[in-house]
Amino acid sequence: MAMTAPAAALLSVRGVVKRFPGVTALQGVDFEVRAGEVHCLLGQNGAGKSTLIKVLSGAHRPDEGEIRWRGEVVSFGNPTAAMRSGVAAIYQELDLVAGLSVADNVFLGHELSTAGFSRRAEARRRTRALLDRLGHPDISPDRDVGRLSVAHQQVVSMARALSLDGQLLIMDEPSAVLDPDEVRVLFGIIRELTAQGVAVIYISHRLAEIREIGDRVTVLKDGRTVATGLPARETKTSELIGLMTGRVLDNVFPHRKPVDPAAPEVLVVRGLADGDRFAGVDLTVHAGEVVGLAGLVGSGRSEILETVYGARKAAEGTVEVDGRKLRRGSVGAAVRAGMGLCPEERKSQGLLLDQAVYRNITVSSMSAFARFGFLDDRAERARSTKLTEALDVRPAGVDRVVRGLSGGNQQKVVLARWLLRECRVLLLDEPTRGVDVGARSEIYELIRELADSGVAVVVVSSDVEEVLGLADRVLVVREGRVVHDGPADEIDESRVLDLVMEGHAA
Amino acid sequence: MSEDTAAVAAQQQGRPPVVRQSGISGLLGSAAGRNTGLVVALILLCIGGVVTAGDRFADVDNLLTILRLAAVIGVVSVGMTFVITGGGIDLSVGAIVALSSVWATTLATQGIANNSHWIVIVFTALVVGGVCGLVNGALIAYGRVVAFIATLASLAAARGLAEIISNRKTQIVNVPGFAAFFDASVLGVPVLVVIFAVVAAAGWVLLNRTTFGRRTFAVGGNPEAARLAGIDVRRHTVWLYTLLGLCCGLAAVMLIARTTTGSATHGGLYELDAIAAVVIGGTLLSGGRGTIAGTVFGVLIFTTLSNVFTLNNLSISAQAVAKGAIIVVAVLLQQRLARRSGA
Ligand SMILES: Nc1ncnc2c1ncn2[C@@H]1O[C@H](COP(=O)(O)OP(=O)(O)OP(=O)(O)O)[C@@H](O)[C@H]1O
Ligand SMILES: [Mg+2]
Repeated sequence: MAMTAPAAALLSVRGVVKRFPGVTALQGVDFEVRAGEVHCLLGQNGAGKSTLIKVLSGAHRPDEGEIRWRGEVVSFGNPTAAMRSGVAAIYQELDLVAGLSVADNVFLGHELSTAGFSRRAEARRRTRALLDRLGHPDISPDRDVGRLSVAHQQVVSMARALSLDGQLLIMDEPSAVLDPDEVRVLFGIIRELTAQGVAVIYISHRLAEIREIGDRVTVLKDGRTVATGLPARETKTSELIGLMTGRVLDNVFPHRKPVDPAAPEVLVVRGLADGDRFAGVDLTVHAGEVVGLAGLVGSGRSEILETVYGARKAAEGTVEVDGRKLRRGSVGAAVRAGMGLCPEERKSQGLLLDQAVYRNITVSSMSAFARFGFLDDRAERARSTKLTEALDVRPAGVDRVVRGLSGGNQQKVVLARWLLRECRVLLLDEPTRGVDVGARSEIYELIRELADSGVAVVVVSSDVEEVLGLADRVLVVREGRVVHDGPADEIDESRVLDLVMEGHAA
Repeated sequence: MSEDTAAVAAQQQGRPPVVRQSGISGLLGSAAGRNTGLVVALILLCIGGVVTAGDRFADVDNLLTILRLAAVIGVVSVGMTFVITGGGIDLSVGAIVALSSVWATTLATQGIANNSHWIVIVFTALVVGGVCGLVNGALIAYGRVVAFIATLASLAAARGLAEIISNRKTQIVNVPGFAAFFDASVLGVPVLVVIFAVVAAAGWVLLNRTTFGRRTFAVGGNPEAARLAGIDVRRHTVWLYTLLGLCCGLAAVMLIARTTTGSATHGGLYELDAIAAVVIGGTLLSGGRGTIAGTVFGVLIFTTLSNVFTLNNLSISAQAVAKGAIIVVAVLLQQRLARRSGA
């Protein structure tokens, strides 16, 4: 990047501490961001990354420590104050207002106005320009944000952050819900901005992205800085993972056993169509097999899973489990047949945010813990504790309210629910979204164990590496059609990407 | 109260123990802390009663009167706690109480009950209440009518039907066995109060110890997640309203016993009293969080308040103003709490 002049520290953070009731999220963070650099934050789930950026952008107040912004000690009382000083943030958990239009959301808190009258046409025009720049002419500035997909909402929050013309742009896992080509557009914009001297703080669990876009890396562990200012490209992966987790990880994906060709077909889907997003989907999964569905966000993958599960009504086609045909559009029938779906959006579709972790985990298996309708709390806690330990949910403790967990840890809770339920067929939609490298390998291990015990598993993921590493067989979905179906070891990443993108402006 | 006992109490409440907080605000914010607030409010009211009305307040008969009055609305409020925790609302409870009371007393006055047991009155009221609740629930869950509108319609319809059946006359019940049973006392405690206690205890167990209760929290907290987790959200919603309807039927029986009448004007504004008691008790209006103990305290606070005002010859209007003030304070507290946990 543009680093000819000795770059001065735009932002410097010293000894920042942030306590929540019962947890100290940050216990002494130090780092510096220079103008024009992309500074990456790395750390396990719950390390404190999101909390740190909330402190920097005025959403949380630090309990101790000093933040210097362009050389002066500052204390932003709220995000608007930070925005005025040129700090814009895109949060991990989107913060848009459903019910307001896209344009209203983009300019929320810094509305364009003349003498108190809002200039709506101008706001719409500028929103249009920002969305175009982000490669999304398809999003209308007048749409209600609540009706957009998560990926599009993410684009809107990026537009919002860009609309501020700040000097520091903070992004918390922006790529988690984006497609590879959307990530490319995003990186293009980041490069433009840094060339103009804007600094970017970038958070991601994907090391490949950090190598591509990052300049320097700061690693957080348990709320502390363990290393700062590491060169993003040269630092070895093993060193980064070692700093983050404190251990060595040699194999992310578990060993695949060849699927027994005589294994019975557990899930058989024929000619499934919903009359809108997808059509003619055939899918067969044997006992013990993991089938991966690769495809772009919006290609219809999630809709296919939801329809198989009965959460959306099929227009055509049949779904059979163990040879028995399921009633269309009935989740109850699917559940009784032994099917489970770990949904794509953990917050809106998965979690009971105000309930304890163990209640979130056992909600789908309550009958296993009940006698005549009375629940055995102790057994529920014991089983949940085992699972949360296996998945390394932090902080530990199954009585915690889920809302207080970090994004990746919340994801593990949703996943634990379906690992606990003894399913015949498990449908997993983006099971590792936002989960750190270490925990991800634990999750793969557990999925593999389930498959080995005879469960039929279907995994949807935007991460092609994940699909190829985990699945026995890969299906590629494009625009609602299955365009490829074959063994995972006979296809490579670039071929899958080609298939996924074909016909797309890549 | 130490933090440990706070956590234990929170668990007995069946709420997920809130992550511990320190300081006064933490105590106020924790589940137990909020019940402490309710207990303190009740004690203050009692002190107020003793100071202003002296022995007329602190008299065993007066206290039993308070409890007898609290019992009827209390039974409705326990049912309402389930519906609100499950993400719903029911404005028709007062009208259902009226309809059940009228239907049951019509049977009694027409002499059918002369030849049969008085239990028929009880049975009829329960069936009428349960069916009304079932209709509400079906309209909301399967007809997809917004709960507010569906139960507003039931309110109008049920009260109108009650007026037609009773011909707008108050029907006096004179069934000896019925009166004897409900006017009796168990160890000095009136039967009505015993019924309330049993309903509250059963409600607590149902909400906090059973799969039914757990589903109620899930359905109210995030219906889409509950559905995808395999819970039949619509069927559960129907059950919740039916349960409340049954509570209304039972309340009608208790009201008939207390007043010896059935009338289309019974249960006036019960919807407001019940919702108010539930909300100041700490159940979240938006669903997903609910507490039976809080509701019981809410009912006791409102009934005691009325009693103290009446003893001091203050007008009904003054009572209404005081009730309004209490509701506002409670809701403000709730919002602060919601914001804190949502941060
Ligand atoms: N509002 C809150 N209330 C209580 N605890 C919280 C709250 N927000 C965060 N925490 C706790 O602070 C710690 C740090 O969380 P944070 O969200 O910053 O992690 P993260 O590094 O962003 O993780 P992830 O990679 O999973 O997003 C966690 O232990 C979390 O449980
Ligand atoms: Mg985070």
